[in-house]
Amino acid sequence: MKKYLGLALTLAVVVAAVGAPWLAATDPMTTDFASGLKPPGSPGHPLGTDQLGRDLLARVLYGARLALFIGVCTVVVTAIVGGLLGLVAGFVERWPSTVIMRLADVQLSFPFILLALTINAIVGLGLRNIILSLSAAGWVVYARVVRGEVLSVKQRDYVHAAAALGVGRPRLLFRHVLPNVAPSIIVVASLQFSQFVVAEAAISFLGFGVQPPTPAWGSMLSESRDFLYVAWWLGAFPGAALALTALGVNLLGDWLRDTLDPKLRV
Amino acid sequence: MRGWIASRLLQTVLVVFLSLTAVFGMVRLSGDPVLLFMPMDIQAKDVNEYRERLGFNDPLLVQYARFMRGAVRGDFGESLRYRRDALGLVLERLPATLLLAGTAMLLTLALAVPLGVATAVRRDGAVDHAGTVLMALGQATPGFWLGLMLIYLFAWLPTGGMGGLAHLVMPAVVLAAFYAARVARLTRSAVLEALGEDYVLTARAKGLAERHVVGKHALRNSAIPIVTLAGLEAGQLLGGAVVTETIFAWPGLGRLTVQALLNRDFPVVMAAVSFTSIVYTLMNLCVDLLYAWLDPRVRLRS
Repeated sequence: MKKYLGLALTLAVVVAAVGAPWLAATDPMTTDFASGLKPPGSPGHPLGTDQLGRDLLARVLYGARLALFIGVCTVVVTAIVGGLLGLVAGFVERWPSTVIMRLADVQLSFPFILLALTINAIVGLGLRNIILSLSAAGWVVYARVVRGEVLSVKQRDYVHAAAALGVGRPRLLFRHVLPNVAPSIIVVASLQFSQFVVAEAAISFLGFGVQPPTPAWGSMLSESRDFLYVAWWLGAFPGAALALTALGVNLLGDWLRDTLDPKLRV
Repeated sequence: MRGWIASRLLQTVLVVFLSLTAVFGMVRLSGDPVLLFMPMDIQAKDVNEYRERLGFNDPLLVQYARFMRGAVRGDFGESLRYRRDALGLVLERLPATLLLAGTAMLLTLALAVPLGVATAVRRDGAVDHAGTVLMALGQATPGFWLGLMLIYLFAWLPTGGMGGLAHLVMPAVVLAAFYAARVARLTRSAVLEALGEDYVLTARAKGLAERHVVGKHALRNSAIPIVTLAGLEAGQLLGGAVVTETIFAWPGLGRLTVQALLNRDFPVVMAAVSFTSIVYTLMNLCVDLLYAWLDPRVRLRS
């Protein structure tokens, strides 16, 4: 049940994101001031329009595009960076491990959202920088989980056997250890995904990150605050889209964890 | 035990030191830190004067030593906007955040632990299904959206600023919602795990009433992971407060940080981020010590 709901919601978001240009009747940036703040169900605007007369459905759909793009990019960057650091820390031990784990401790001494927000405010606004700052704040979970997994995997017999047969260390690491820690990386990625998407929205909501008029759920919610009592739909729909995306991916992640790696605690 | 505590303390000192270094380094991520410290529409003359005044012309190591020396004494410089001691501004805002986070924490424990236990005891029953759905929704709902919707729906409650008890309701509920969902989930899985243990079977076999089995045997043994997570989450509340305080115009540390970032008041940013990080690290230390005290296996292993 959980699995199917998670799959259905995630699939719906992916379809919305990929199909936005076809599903949306109008361009998300085209303003039509004369028909501003139309309520949901108005002809031609199923979810209504915003203060500039832009179609809300189109903006929510294009928002899915941006949210998924940022989420996927961040998850890929953090999985590669954090995964590699975790592999090295677990496999090499000695000083690289100490350095990487101290770095992780420092990272963990800041609340995630505060760190991402501050880095973003310093490196500047824009799409690339939001991915950069979320990644800089988010790699550490992978590093920790992967290191722990590597420490246990490298004690297994097949790794010792491969080493005894004279397999070189890089090959040992990437062909024998990595495939066996891959499930944990996938589980962490799926559980981190919604955190990144929500964090991006929160940062854009606070006025950093993605800037208007680009249709991002966070900045749409931020703009909607001025119209809360006049046009509730401006806040309700982008937020609901965000919550449903997080719900879908979380359920999928839970299911992945239960199947791939039930003992993992993230 | 004493050795373990000593090493844990030493480690904490090291982390605080490195975190301060990270704050120093972070401000230099953008290349020219002076531009961060200045309002956008300032003239070149003032920029140069401030570059000299703030010591950005000195070698990096000198700047670093100066920053660390100041930080140890609690001196992060003067707020460029309010022309007052930066750390003083931060400390002024602390009680408001503590009140909010403390209320949210109490709310979390009051809601989440009973819900977690109830769902675990009635596994796969109606209570469990409803509870699990609630937890999944709570975890997926972004606090700032929940805040906006509550403001819209409960317009008769005060929606901004600090005042009587009524002002506390909405921000505390919003801040607690996400954490309550997480703590409830963890309580559920911890109690489920404990219910599968042999001592529960023994307790049942000797005919104890179910409430004793759950209350005295299962719940006590699942207390450790719950305490740990609740403690760690208490730190995350500081992060959550950044967003929640901004929505409800709550005059706390989080709102101060966001405003300082928006106003490019970097001495205040550095003071606030450093302070939050130190508080957060100390909370983690307390959780660790509590954990070791509750579970001797932890301190014996290391």
